[in-house]
Amino acid sequence: MKALRNFMNKIEPSFRPGGKFAKLESVYDGMETFLFTPNATSRSGAHIHDGNDLKRTMITVVVALLPALLFGMYNIGYQHYLAIGQSHTGWITMFLYGLLAMLPVIVVSYGVGLGIEFISAQIHHKEIQEGFLVTGILIPLIVPINTPLWMTALATAFAVIFAKEVFGGTGMNIFNVALITRAFLFFAYPSRMSGDEAFVKIDSALGMGGGTVVDTFTGATPLGQVATSIGEPAMTNIVGEPISCMDAFIGFIPGSPGETSMIAILIGAAILLLTGIASWRIMCSVFVGGLGMAALANALPSATYPASMLDPMTQLCLGGFAFGAVFMATDPVTGARTKVGQYIYGLLIGVFAILIRVYNSGYPEGMMLAILLMNAFAPLIDHCVVSSNIKRRARRAANKE
Amino acid sequence: MATVRLKKGLDIHLVGAIGDDTIVATSQPQSVAIVPDDFHGVIPRMEKKEGERVACGEPLYHDKNYEAIKVVAPVSGTVKEVRRGERRHIDAIIIAPDQGGEAVTLDLKRPAEEVLLASGLWVMMRQRPYDVVPVPGVRPRSVFVTAFDSAPLAPDLDIVLGDKRQYIAKGVEVLKGMTDGKVYIGVREGQNIDAPGAEVNTFVGPHPAGNAGIQAANTEPVNKGETVWTMDIVTLARIGELFTTGKVSFDTVVAVDGEMVQQPRYVKTVMGADLETVLKNELTNVAHSRIISGNVLTGVKVMPNEWLLAPYRHITIIPENNKPDEFMGWASLNPKRYSIYRTFTTWLGGLNKPVSMDSRIKGGERAIVRTGEYDAMLPMDIYGEFLIKAIISGDIDKMEQLGIYEIAPEDFALAEFADTSKLELQRIVREGLDKLRAEMS
Repeated sequence: MKALRNFMNKIEPSFRPGGKFAKLESVYDGMETFLFTPNATSRSGAHIHDGNDLKRTMITVVVALLPALLFGMYNIGYQHYLAIGQSHTGWITMFLYGLLAMLPVIVVSYGVGLGIEFISAQIHHKEIQEGFLVTGILIPLIVPINTPLWMTALATAFAVIFAKEVFGGTGMNIFNVALITRAFLFFAYPSRMSGDEAFVKIDSALGMGGGTVVDTFTGATPLGQVATSIGEPAMTNIVGEPISCMDAFIGFIPGSPGETSMIAILIGAAILLLTGIASWRIMCSVFVGGLGMAALANALPSATYPASMLDPMTQLCLGGFAFGAVFMATDPVTGARTKVGQYIYGLLIGVFAILIRVYNSGYPEGMMLAILLMNAFAPLIDHCVVSSNIKRRARRAANKE
Repeated sequence: MATVRLKKGLDIHLVGAIGDDTIVATSQPQSVAIVPDDFHGVIPRMEKKEGERVACGEPLYHDKNYEAIKVVAPVSGTVKEVRRGERRHIDAIIIAPDQGGEAVTLDLKRPAEEVLLASGLWVMMRQRPYDVVPVPGVRPRSVFVTAFDSAPLAPDLDIVLGDKRQYIAKGVEVLKGMTDGKVYIGVREGQNIDAPGAEVNTFVGPHPAGNAGIQAANTEPVNKGETVWTMDIVTLARIGELFTTGKVSFDTVVAVDGEMVQQPRYVKTVMGADLETVLKNELTNVAHSRIISGNVLTGVKVMPNEWLLAPYRHITIIPENNKPDEFMGWASLNPKRYSIYRTFTTWLGGLNKPVSMDSRIKGGERAIVRTGEYDAMLPMDIYGEFLIKAIISGDIDKMEQLGIYEIAPEDFALAEFADTSKLELQRIVREGLDKLRAEMS
């Protein structure tokens, strides 16, 4: 490490004002604090500080996302080889195919997002902040795999600039940045975000795989099928075989890369809850709200709204509900910050997600919109909770007089 | 008599605790100093010049706005230097002590407030709101005395008190005459304070249970428009002694502890004594040490050639930077890297083992991201995070509504320690209080 330290010391002057690379000063600082814990000691206030910082916090979230990422890669390969009629391909090949399919998306997401963050940090002469570490991995996980890379790049740039940097960067945004990316794509290019061609990659990934689909192929996600079904919804996989709630739980269904496997998501949830990073209040109440609303819809089934015929557990296993509940709703920056507020916030996300899913056939998936909607209301919820504290204090003072 | 159980907060166990309770006497200090910054709210106007003689208890300076508020010499001697910093700010008033031993005796027939103001003990008290030296002429609604210090490595105030505890009853009697309300004394479980006339409440729970502000918030919270006084039991005993003997005693017992102290122990010395005398032979590695007058959470960093600051009964010495250039510390799996959060592995080995901590901040300053961190460290009915945001944005109405009158910077010290975003919360709170005080006067 000594050599590395010496190297960093040697190149430092060229990154400082007046140096050759002065325009990259924030990049140098970012690298340095990444490699070495800052030597700064406390100047005011407490003389000792906890070992935890935002880097550790964000990295832990990335670790929690890894199971979903790895399974997502495998599932992309699985769906691909199923679609072209080679479902007996070995799992390593499937995983490799998925890896090659996702790699460009990850590179684009991080490249565009971090690039903008670096530029913004340099303009404001601030340290590069860690927020995009998580956002950059969330985006590939929620964007359909067949989305053209330029669309992903455009959407990421839009989200980072207009949903985050204009508000002041990490910790200041009102809406979840990854979801804004997804929403931008959803509203700007609706035809590429749903239907048969969005979720199953058919052509080759960086030269690997590729072929023609079997005759029975249909690429629609189970939720997509339900939304367009008539009468009792019957869900099939992409080659027309019926699927069960269990398939959805394990994750062998088409969908955005990160959202299909309930198991992988639950492992991530366990990591987030064990490390105390995500609010269990939000996470649990999203599931409770979703379950309650799904049960209500299921109790009043209607042929007009085929999704109302799904049983509640299946509702939660399908689509982006679980992924949103675990990784998106729990974003502390955009969510409610008071304890009571977190229950309300989570509950309403769950309710609205299922409400949109069931009663608005234009949107087979409601999670994204439900979270963004509640992002907007989170400050209001907190305001109400904090107001009760303010009123209590005012009453106490009034009683004294 | 009530028992208050507090759940929020944290006891940080540092290495370098005092093993045995024997008190070691130190020799006569070479110099004694008063540092005006210790008495927040008092703007010094000098009464003594360099070279003049002072008796113990004789005023060195008074407050610009209230001439009656005196800050006095803790020993007899000669004013050696009035050390000034930028813009003629008085950094320290240094006295060369002598053996003369003459001391001021006060006329106890005057009103108690006058005696207290003249004695130099007035500035040892604090008032809420604003956490400043009390404003004369304002009768406090009540008085809160804390009888224990719950901070990391803090001294046992029973030992610091020693035989001065005989004066507690008298101190309570004097203070009762100065307030229309009660005199509260907060004790820890099992602590015995004999104070007729005071309401003694027991506080059970982790730090900051020993903070007077926390005790006030959990018994009779401070409302807008009210003033309360806070102090520790040592100041109360000194007040009692003053009103018994007519003289103030500035002798004090100080805990000297922390990782960098060779032999942590209690030391008997005088308020304002120079550290060279107090720490004689205790410093092992000066270049690598951070000397703190006070505890690691709220104390003030001092240099080895400076003095024991007046408000503290404690000197902590910790390493300045234990691990320079720690490689990728954020990725560490080392259970010795202390964190109360389960993102690190410290909790696997238990958080109650004594740990070594240095003065590094261990991260960059960020916007507030994680929720509930402050609230978990603040056993008050206050939304800490929202209050901090109100202070940062300078919103005076919100500060008032969210309870800024109830807090002091020290109440946010633990939150500052625990903050993932590494914000300087005590500085923020202090600036908020000062801003509000300027606005209200």
